[in-house]
Amino acid sequence: MSSRQLIFASFAHEEDLLEGIRALRRADVKIVDAFTPYAVHGLDRAMGLRPSPLTWVCFVCAMTGVLFALWFEHWSLAVSWPINVGGKPWNSLPSDVPIGFEMAVLLGGFGSVFALLGLCRLFPGKRARLATPRVTNDRFVVVIEETDAVTTPDFVHALLEPHGVVEFEERLAEEKVPW
Amino acid sequence: MSHVDQELRPPLVLGDKSLGDITDDIAAPMAATPSTLWWVGFGIAFSALVLGVVAVSYQIAVGIGTWGLNRTVGWAFDITNFVFWVGIGHAGTLISAVLFLFRQKWRTAVNRSAEAMTIFAVMCAGIFPLIHMGRPWLFFWTLPYPNYRGPLWVNFKSPLLWDVFAISTYLLISAVFWYVGLIPDLATMRDRTQPGLKRSIFSFLSLGWNGSARTWHHYETVYMLLAGLATPLVFSVHTIVSMDFATAVIPGWHTTIFPPYFVAGAIFSGLAMVLTLMLIARKTMRLEDYITVSHVDRMCKLMLAMGCIVGLAYCTEFFIAAYSGNAYEQFLFRNRALGPFSWAFLTMFSCNVIIPQVLWFRAVRRNLFAVFAVAIVVNIGMWFERFVIIVTSLHRDFLPSSWSYYIPTSIEVATLIGSFGLFFTCFLLFCRVAPAIAMAEVKGVAQVKKPESLRIPQPEEAVA
Repeated sequence: MSSRQLIFASFAHEEDLLEGIRALRRADVKIVDAFTPYAVHGLDRAMGLRPSPLTWVCFVCAMTGVLFALWFEHWSLAVSWPINVGGKPWNSLPSDVPIGFEMAVLLGGFGSVFALLGLCRLFPGKRARLATPRVTNDRFVVVIEETDAVTTPDFVHALLEPHGVVEFEERLAEEKVPW
Repeated sequence: MSHVDQELRPPLVLGDKSLGDITDDIAAPMAATPSTLWWVGFGIAFSALVLGVVAVSYQIAVGIGTWGLNRTVGWAFDITNFVFWVGIGHAGTLISAVLFLFRQKWRTAVNRSAEAMTIFAVMCAGIFPLIHMGRPWLFFWTLPYPNYRGPLWVNFKSPLLWDVFAISTYLLISAVFWYVGLIPDLATMRDRTQPGLKRSIFSFLSLGWNGSARTWHHYETVYMLLAGLATPLVFSVHTIVSMDFATAVIPGWHTTIFPPYFVAGAIFSGLAMVLTLMLIARKTMRLEDYITVSHVDRMCKLMLAMGCIVGLAYCTEFFIAAYSGNAYEQFLFRNRALGPFSWAFLTMFSCNVIIPQVLWFRAVRRNLFAVFAVAIVVNIGMWFERFVIIVTSLHRDFLPSSWSYYIPTSIEVATLIGSFGLFFTCFLLFCRVAPAIAMAEVKGVAQVKKPESLRIPQPEEAVA
């Protein structure tokens, strides 16, 4: 199959989108993705998305930051060029804590943002593929794939009709397009 | 049940807006030509900035002997400005991160500009330690990099170095937090701008954002993580700033109350600055439906709470000095309140503790002129707080023969004016080039309802 039959259904309200998606999932229709102008609460659960793995990325980056900072502070002031500061012990851990913490925050923050950009394939200058030009303004779109003979546009339209679908369109998308 | 709570509360956005209206209202000031008021403001701010640039250039060329510092008062105006500006930034993080974690939805009206304010305030703050170095071109000596002097590393046991790391981290994380929050709005701007240079810039910066639910799902997680990281960060930054003083053995500085006292003071001054800016922005950019009187009311309550903590800290300091039985500590505090700088102390105390008490009254909190006046007074008072802490603790040291007074020079005053110039120039430009209110976040809390006749009862409503 070199191309996919996709259905784009637009809604004007978030409640309609959520109800529409629930109806589609009850009927076992394959939802490719949904597009919304803002983060709709409960949409991840309605679509059955798994929790984001980015919390782990953040944890690992933050730990790397704190461990590297503590090691480097100890190594530089106690091993590489020992300095006596006010008679404090060489390995005075408490004075290493503030910078250890700052480095944890710095690496944790940057690590999770770069992981987000990587995971969602966002990069400067990327051309946005919009489901409809109004999706960043006031439209909610759900994209459905016609996987089998049952998932016809008529069938999907009948499912979404009671939930106030405002636009309904069938498009042919190339295989490499991510949605 | 949260659904039911929301129904009882007044809406956060007034005027019965649709989603499209929200986009149009917030994007409108960016497309329109700047108003006369904007140009007047920009003219004043930019002139102040130019004055500051001249003063700083002169001071770098000649040396910090151009300041009024003397044998006893080694830190004064410059460090006062530094602590003042770092503090201003803290309210931005409070609003964007701490209130986010506490699910305070009203924050969406002010978080974007408060975050911008944080970045500009930290930029202003960063200038002061740099110029205090005397040779700012050698600033990279504060970074631990391999060198041919040993290698000689920086002193990780010094709070001044902690400050280098804390302030840099704060600036970077605030900038990232702000940019991540801007991405969906930049995409909105991209899709409503005609093709051309403007659109290309929005397109480049919005990273190909298309509002996919999967992207939103990860995005929300990262936003939460950044808020979770920024919250302890903001506390650590001013804690570390306070340790610049608290770890020194100077009476008036050497006290364990400093970290919480400084953090509360920072948020207090920052809220005053946010209010100052928001009251101007809502009027000049016609955002009255988004930044409502009830937003101002809530900010005032926060400011009052912080002001009371600060007042408590002032009193605690005096109590501890009296109770400690330490002659130096007792002398210092008597000198602070009654000595040659008592005028500064009185300014600080009345501006920060006495005058803000009017905010207990609802009528005052809802009178925008009164709120604006209180915010300006608190801005002044919080600048004086840092001045009092720094200068009164230094000017009469252990050796009476070296006691002195401190008078700032014109160069120092011009540098302070210049920092305000930089801050307001950046802020006014920001209002022109980026949406001043987070559109995507406001839409999420605006409770845009479809007409009742079209609504289908939801399962939770049926139960309730």
